[in-house]
Amino acid sequence: MNRIFRDIWSYRYFIISSIKTEFRSRFVRSKLGALWMIFHPLAQVLIYALVLSAVLKAKLPGIESQYAYAIYLMAGMVGWTLFMDIASRMLTVFIDNGNLIKKMSFPKLTLPLIIIGSSLINFLLLFIVMVIVFAFLGHFTFSALLWIPLLMVLTMALAIGIGLTLGILNVFIRDIGQVMSIVFQFWFWLTPVVYASSMIPQEYRHLLFLNPMTGIIEGYHSILVYNKMPQLALLIYPSLLSLALLTLALFLYRKSNAEMADLL
Amino acid sequence: MTPILSVARLSKSFLDYSSEWKRVFSWFGASVTPKEEHSILKDISFSINSGESVAIVGQNGAGKSTLLKIITRTLKPTFGSIGIHGRVSAILELGMGFHPDLTGRQNIYHSSGLMGFSKEEIDRVIEEIEEFVEIGEYFDQPVRTYSSGMQMRVAFGVATAYRPEILIVDEALSVGDAYFQHKSFARIRDFQEAGTTLLLVSHDSNAIQSICNRAILLEQGTLIKDGDPKDVMDYYNALIAQKENSKLEQKEEQSGTTQTISGTGEVTILSSKLSIDSKEVEYIGVGDRVTLEVVVEVHQDIDELVLGYMIKDRLGQALFGTNTHHLGEPIQDLKAGKSITYLFEFEANLGVGSYSIAVAVHSGHSHVIKNYEWRDNMLLFHVTNSAHSEFIGTTWIPPKLNYSIK
Repeated sequence: MNRIFRDIWSYRYFIISSIKTEFRSRFVRSKLGALWMIFHPLAQVLIYALVLSAVLKAKLPGIESQYAYAIYLMAGMVGWTLFMDIASRMLTVFIDNGNLIKKMSFPKLTLPLIIIGSSLINFLLLFIVMVIVFAFLGHFTFSALLWIPLLMVLTMALAIGIGLTLGILNVFIRDIGQVMSIVFQFWFWLTPVVYASSMIPQEYRHLLFLNPMTGIIEGYHSILVYNKMPQLALLIYPSLLSLALLTLALFLYRKSNAEMADLL
Repeated sequence: MTPILSVARLSKSFLDYSSEWKRVFSWFGASVTPKEEHSILKDISFSINSGESVAIVGQNGAGKSTLLKIITRTLKPTFGSIGIHGRVSAILELGMGFHPDLTGRQNIYHSSGLMGFSKEEIDRVIEEIEEFVEIGEYFDQPVRTYSSGMQMRVAFGVATAYRPEILIVDEALSVGDAYFQHKSFARIRDFQEAGTTLLLVSHDSNAIQSICNRAILLEQGTLIKDGDPKDVMDYYNALIAQKENSKLEQKEEQSGTTQTISGTGEVTILSSKLSIDSKEVEYIGVGDRVTLEVVVEVHQDIDELVLGYMIKDRLGQALFGTNTHHLGEPIQDLKAGKSITYLFEFEANLGVGSYSIAVAVHSGHSHVIKNYEWRDNMLLFHVTNSAHSEFIGTTWIPPKLNYSIK
């Protein structure tokens, strides 16, 4: 176990350089370069803010702003995007890099770390742009923001736990990748991102909380929409599940390590 | 002296399960028997000391690349152990992990990272690499604008930026221009002198015998020979010849459909060999006096018999060809059942390389008129240069040198 972490530490330069390469190659041939990293999330946020509030004019209980629904939606989306980005890329990380794994000898766990790094940068950019847009909309939620790192860690832990466990199995059982791309779509709609959990009838609402993402997304809502600390009780179940999945992923990684290159 | 690489009872097999879930269950300790086990390497043991240079030879599918992948640690052995003291660098997959949009410099940083180097370590040698690869301003241009030769140079530069304890060189290295080839071999030799162990994968007998002091022969996953390169190569060539002969027999069963042997069959070629002082040879030196012996058998009465041969280089280009008609010795009116032995004696004024001889029996001045039998690749032989000064090309035209200084 120690050896795994020592290997990864000695490859820290490769991880950082790969993250840089990923961004660099995405923008290297465009004139505006890194500015696109701001424009993309900005456009995404503006579409939600303007189109949804103007067209749908949906109101949410508890906030005055006419942009209430847009803010609610953006808060949920930013959390979901982080989760989805990591989980879906983890699912195919070993298959996508099959050529490299077959031909070069390096610690394979660096590959998920590269994904985590680049997803985190994407998330932070989206997040910062979003908070700025919120401020322009007259929605200030700064005092509760210090809870965001906790939620980020939890979101990533769950995404890594699920993504890596399935990503390893996906090398051997390729149907998992196909099944999961469908499952992730259902999952989105089973999580209160687009709707509020209060809209679900009382007798079914507890079912919604079987979904570990529900508690996490509700946390983002608390912080970003209501400027309150997240309900910690809702985060216990996702935390425990993440821990269990991360342990499982690490166990699978160690067991599959020898055979993975054979099958890629 | 402790060996730098020791391989002990190494086996590698790929396991097939009837369902992949069974493989997953086996990690959790369930006792599942695989449906099939493809054994790639069987019980291989050898050890190599530092500074040795060892050729790994074997036919395609013998397990060479699997063995190398285990040595570079991309694959894990199924049984047995492998001990390596030091860093292994492989010039197998040149340019692996290169990104087309990054510049040569950026790619060097990136792919050295993949080999486990830190930024500081590359900072220290980047100028040396830039100087070594000699691609000028292209060094800071995107790799997608490179020619394949330039990519090769950069990739080789990265792979050999630091001296590894074990260097694995594939014959793919011989791709690229002669100038850089020379330069890269010089670097490999420097490494060797400094104590690097060289593992060379090649089919090229010349390269093996000139670079290596030892050869290991793999056949169907087992190590069948380990020793002096010349002995091992002779054994290897015999192994291939045996294989080719059996193939030839297969071809003869479906007569008329093969390309290598064609003709009407009134006369057939029984055997042919190349010899020096009546000893059969496969390796000859530049300018050696050799004898080509061809035995033919006549099956039907014929008016005229002409035998021709042609020497081709490894690319199939004809270097020299003649026949008994042009030599003024056609044989007239032959009866069935006769057998003729032809002896052609000539000086092999050829350059270093492999050559093949095609033999044909026909009538008239060429085989176009009446072709009894034509055999391509009837004989294969190799020319090595040990007695003469070095030269390039397929032909030996020794000059007499005079010069004057004014």
